Amino acid sequence: MTRERLINLLILLLMIAVPAWAYAVDEPFILTLTTKVAILALAGVGLNIALGLGGLISFGHAAFFGIGGYAMGILASHAQSYTPMMEWPLLIEGTKSMPVIWLVAMLTSALAALLIGALSLRTSGVYFIMITLAFGQMLYYFAISWPAYGGEDGLSIYVRNGFPGLNTLDPLQYLILCYVVLFIVIFLSSRLAKSAFGLALGGARQNAERVQTVGIAPYRVRLTAFVISGAVTGLAGALYADLNRFVSPTMFSWHTSGEIMVFVILGGVARLFGPVAGAALFIGMEHVLGGISEFWQVFLGLTLLAVVLFARGGLIGTLAGREVAHD
Amino acid sequence: MSAILLVEQILNGLQSGVMLFLMAAGLTLVFGVMGLINLAHGSLYMVGAFAAASIAAATGSFVLALVAALAAAAVAGALIELIVIRRLYARDHLDQVLATFALILILSEGTRWMFGSFPLYLDVPSWLSGPISLPGGIQYPLYRLAIIVAGLAVAAGLFLLISRTRLGIRIRAGEADREMIAALGVDISKLYTMVFALGAALAGLAGALVGAIQSVQVGMGEPVLILAFVVVVIGGIGSIKGAFVGALLVGLTDTLGGVLLPQLFALFLDPSAAATVGASLASMAIYILMAVVLVLRPSGLFGERA
Amino acid sequence: MTRPVLSTHRICKSFGALEASKDVTLDLRPGEIHALIGPNGAGKSTLIKQIAGSLQPDRGEIRFMGRDVSALDTVARARMGLGRTFQISALAMEYTVLQNVLLGALGTQGNVFRFFGNALKDKGLRAMAEEALARVGLLDRATDLTGALSHGQRRLLEVAVALTLTPKAFVMDEPMAGLGTEGSARLTEFLDGLRVQAPILLVEHDMDAVFALADRISVLVYGQIIATGSIAEIRENPEVRTAYLGDDAI
Repeated sequence: MTRERLINLLILLLMIAVPAWAYAVDEPFILTLTTKVAILALAGVGLNIALGLGGLISFGHAAFFGIGGYAMGILASHAQSYTPMMEWPLLIEGTKSMPVIWLVAMLTSALAALLIGALSLRTSGVYFIMITLAFGQMLYYFAISWPAYGGEDGLSIYVRNGFPGLNTLDPLQYLILCYVVLFIVIFLSSRLAKSAFGLALGGARQNAERVQTVGIAPYRVRLTAFVISGAVTGLAGALYADLNRFVSPTMFSWHTSGEIMVFVILGGVARLFGPVAGAALFIGMEHVLGGISEFWQVFLGLTLLAVVLFARGGLIGTLAGREVAHD
Repeated sequence: MSAILLVEQILNGLQSGVMLFLMAAGLTLVFGVMGLINLAHGSLYMVGAFAAASIAAATGSFVLALVAALAAAAVAGALIELIVIRRLYARDHLDQVLATFALILILSEGTRWMFGSFPLYLDVPSWLSGPISLPGGIQYPLYRLAIIVAGLAVAAGLFLLISRTRLGIRIRAGEADREMIAALGVDISKLYTMVFALGAALAGLAGALVGAIQSVQVGMGEPVLILAFVVVVIGGIGSIKGAFVGALLVGLTDTLGGVLLPQLFALFLDPSAAATVGASLASMAIYILMAVVLVLRPSGLFGERA
Repeated sequence: MTRPVLSTHRICKSFGALEASKDVTLDLRPGEIHALIGPNGAGKSTLIKQIAGSLQPDRGEIRFMGRDVSALDTVARARMGLGRTFQISALAMEYTVLQNVLLGALGTQGNVFRFFGNALKDKGLRAMAEEALARVGLLDRATDLTGALSHGQRRLLEVAVALTLTPKAFVMDEPMAGLGTEGSARLTEFLDGLRVQAPILLVEHDMDAVFALADRISVLVYGQIIATGSIAEIRENPEVRTAYLGDDAI
């Protein structure tokens, strides 16, 4: 078994052990914190498809995170106030059903990613980074200035949405639901990485010209990856909004984009469990260091700087060494 | 809307534009010469503003405050370059983005640690306050006009620096071929530090000047940074001319959009809806402008053609 | 005379005041190796890029397999069977040898958008890839990382990738660059046998390889073809001698 596999197994064990312990000693706050880690990890897994596999440095993924969150917020707020979203030409009412919300969140994020990606992928390098950042900001300012859904103050959803067969208000049940979603997505993304598409995407990342000369168009491959990536991050956004029962424009801000990128980097870019490790590290720091000093972000910054300068592979990269699984 | 109001808004747009130019010029220089994307540029804007506010409070002199802003930002820039940025030139863009993002966290929270979360005050000096009468019967704040003049003067100075001085030649050569100028014996490290410090000083100056009309607080540099990025993308990376044109375009679009779009929509929507839709579209107007430019010219207006 | 597989007609390309290609007309006939030589800065790279499709000529036409491909991009020409190798090996360095060739096979086979199923286990792709690797003699190194290969082996790998395209023509940009004597000798021998499969337009500086392989030679100087002919004809050509050796050489 490779070292990376071992580490992944360890992370898996921790992910089960921590909430199990929290449940046993009746600390629902830790359960909520673990759920937060899982959801943010999911956002990171989404970004990793574009960033790790595709080499696309998107600094605006918060756009999709926010869209997913607002999909939930809008649908649920209409449901809780019993006012339909639209009456003519179609009657569209709100809903508080998670599966429906998730579907809407993913579809709208995918559509946004298609539009943003189609424009942004025409550029490359620094332009791409800046343009994705700018699109994220565009949505941020839009969310602030559109008063119907709370504007700057955000939108509260009083009761968590429902999932058939579960009591989602119970922290443990919601955690398990998020875990299931996370692991399904991790599994699918690992299949994606090994597939023909993954081969082409990785090839385009390493050498776009090479890929062209074998008859594969990098633009189409990258756009597809970007759309998938956006959809996953959008799903995470919906889950996050449900966790907090609150949605606000901050979900769109570039700090959020930066933080999602930080999870991925801290854990290890393109490592399967990288986003999980990174999100856990980040939330851990926020919780522990944040309790000591309200200026804990200085330490986060220093840690990030140290990782970038000296420990490029992130947590998993440093522990697992150079080997990358080639099976 | 009256002609006077329109002219006032255009002037406001110009004022916002020249300040954006100061930010964008530093950003595009650093990218053009060193190939480095620097997210912490907004923090240098903040450093300038804080330095100015502190010195103004201590000495009561606005001029000293501006000098302090330039000096503090330049020194901060040089220090950051020597300690962190230096190690990033050979790295890929992802590393640069993350490292400079880390710097933002450190500098912002560090500043909050030192100065607290409450905004500082920097007042417009008495000799620049009050309105000035412009031809056409327009009363315009003297300070804002002074900013426009100062900004244009800096722009002119920058053009002269780049085109007429030795440093300027080295900068242009460095933009064209980094390895070559090293081979020609130019001290690259010193050149890079100087360019970075120059960009920082410009940002600090902008921060101080704007700090007198808006508030001086942690995080003030971030919205400006994003706008500066949009300017650089529109103008073309590495082009000072592009930064200038882009900055004016963005400044004017932002200001005029915010005023004109609600009025446009008032023509066929009810007032409150018009205000809402107009305001929302106005906030997105710049990004729409950027998207349009990129569709037509993926490397910006004055950038290198791919 | 048989129809050429690949040809350019009066290609012109300028970068501002610099005329990189001036009225360049040449062709590549079935079964031949046509070498393109010329001093540095003659515009060979620019010409290759235009033939491959990554650069658009200002004027002129490029024909491949009987069709006008001037408007087609690299991807389209690759699908038609234009194989290419690069002066600085363009390979996915993090991938294994096998993965690089699989990429080639994938490009030919067509369907990139398959999201499930392990690419490494796809029988059809693997068969194509392994056949190509066997032809260049790299099959035993299939699971090695590309970064671990020597220069010469990377060249062969590039050829293998090109082979998966079932190429109708090869365009090779200085394949001998960076190879030692032994590596050059082996690659030369390999290319000699390759010409029956598809003709090769060979840009080269290494004159030993050129004289050993070329059926015809074209000489490019300051963006213009000053001569095209057999090895003997080019050797005797006074303009060519001047271009390479200077005015005093005559």
